[in-house]
Amino acid sequence: MPTATYAGKNVAVNDEGFFENPDEWTEEMAPEIARASGIDELTEQHWRVLKFMRTEYAEKGTGPTVRVLGKTSGVSVKELYELFPKGPAKTAAKIAGIPKPRGCI
Amino acid sequence: MVERIVVLGGGTGGTLAANRLRRVLDDRVQIVVVDQDDSHVYQPGLLFVPFGLARLDEIIRPRQRQLRRGIDYRQAAIERVDLETERVWLGDGTALEYDVLVVATGSTLVAEETEGLLGPGWLEKVFTFYTPEGAAGLHDAFTWFDGGRLVVNVVDMPIKCPVAPLEFCFLADWYFQELGIRDRVGITYVTPLDGAFTKPVASATLAGLLEEKGVELVTEFNTGEVDGPGGRLVSYDGREVGFDLAVVVPLHSGAAYVGRSPGLGDELNFVPTDEHTLQSKARQNVFVIGDAANLPVSKAGSVTHFEGEILVENIRRFLSGKPLDGSYDGHANCFIESGFHKALLIDFNYETEPLPGHFPTSVGLPLLKESRLNHLGKLMFQSFYWHRLLPGRDIPGVGSAMPDRGKHREPSRS
Repeated sequence: MPTATYAGKNVAVNDEGFFENPDEWTEEMAPEIARASGIDELTEQHWRVLKFMRTEYAEKGTGPTVRVLGKTSGVSVKELYELFPKGPAKTAAKIAGIPKPRGCI
Repeated sequence: MVERIVVLGGGTGGTLAANRLRRVLDDRVQIVVVDQDDSHVYQPGLLFVPFGLARLDEIIRPRQRQLRRGIDYRQAAIERVDLETERVWLGDGTALEYDVLVVATGSTLVAEETEGLLGPGWLEKVFTFYTPEGAAGLHDAFTWFDGGRLVVNVVDMPIKCPVAPLEFCFLADWYFQELGIRDRVGITYVTPLDGAFTKPVASATLAGLLEEKGVELVTEFNTGEVDGPGGRLVSYDGREVGFDLAVVVPLHSGAAYVGRSPGLGDELNFVPTDEHTLQSKARQNVFVIGDAANLPVSKAGSVTHFEGEILVENIRRFLSGKPLDGSYDGHANCFIESGFHKALLIDFNYETEPLPGHFPTSVGLPLLKESRLNHLGKLMFQSFYWHRLLPGRDIPGVGSAMPDRGKHREPSRS
């Protein structure tokens, strides 16, 4: 299983870089994962989305899709794409240390 | 004491659930089906309307006529469900009390949630084939469309029948070849997914088929705006795809009343449901069938059919205080029309993705492969729908659980 090192700690990730164990994630790791995903600085708005992702994952066992994020996080889909240009649901899940959202069938 | 089961929705799920329940329960249980209109659409037929292969009057029948004797039908809008007092409030201000509630109101198109989709150009050069009006409008549009770029776009998942937009591309290729103008028509399939389909093996096969038929594939495109007058789709990350004629599958939600019923639905108005028993997460006496549920399965008639048997068994067990049967396995089975009198068949469940092989056993219909036999199967299915599936009868040789015999576990990519 691949691993990655963030904030000086080794964590298990999958082939695409998503955390295998969300419990291994700490807030200190987020800026490093963000930079690796092309986001130089995490603003307050970024953090708002990341925290929302963590809460949703804890409650539902999967991260929300972009559409659900736009309806429930208080950040519009347009702004979500400005914050996470490569795809909000996936990028935010990766930075927030939760598995890739299951999406739909 | 008379108990009452209220079934919300008289479509595929509501009709087959009510008919199955009526057969197994005696007349101490009253069954009431509620729907807002009396038009039962055979939804798989909508795909064929634009190409002149089906007419609306052939695929729409009255709802009430599909229900067995001994089932009450109430035509009314649904205002909301009150889980606390176990009542359904109807649009006419009356309330229906229930002992058991079955939510079968499917999914609803919410085209208004995509910027510009219903703006200038709608039903002129921007259509959907997911509604009777849209499918008929496209049929008219095809009479003047004599060349240019045809774009087929899925805005976002979930959608009903996830293979239908692909089938539309295949049928369009065939249609314009028959007309002799295929060389003047460009066809592009634009999807938010990272491939042609959600599951890897089927995705590879279907992407191959798109390429073979000269259909361009654009992936990971999240449509933010449809610009009718400018003839372009614009994604949230700023990419554009130009069109002369756009066929868009709009966003889907659960029925609006679910959102007005505290505690019943999720953010998209789908109802959180146990994956194996079909009991809602909201209340023990609320069950869910078909597209209305938030299950990780395709929103498809076959899924609804396979759920029917387990749903009815569980309602019977619930009424007699017995533990529920958790045997629904996520079984789905879909024909994929590929044009030229051929079709593919896929069969899968929660655990097993669509694989090649044969269905239901090694001497059955070919899986994940074009064949004439599958096309005949799809045509025959319409009669099955009205005469076996809706009355709540089983299809001989095809059980609720996904058959494993006949599937090739190590897929060959030949």
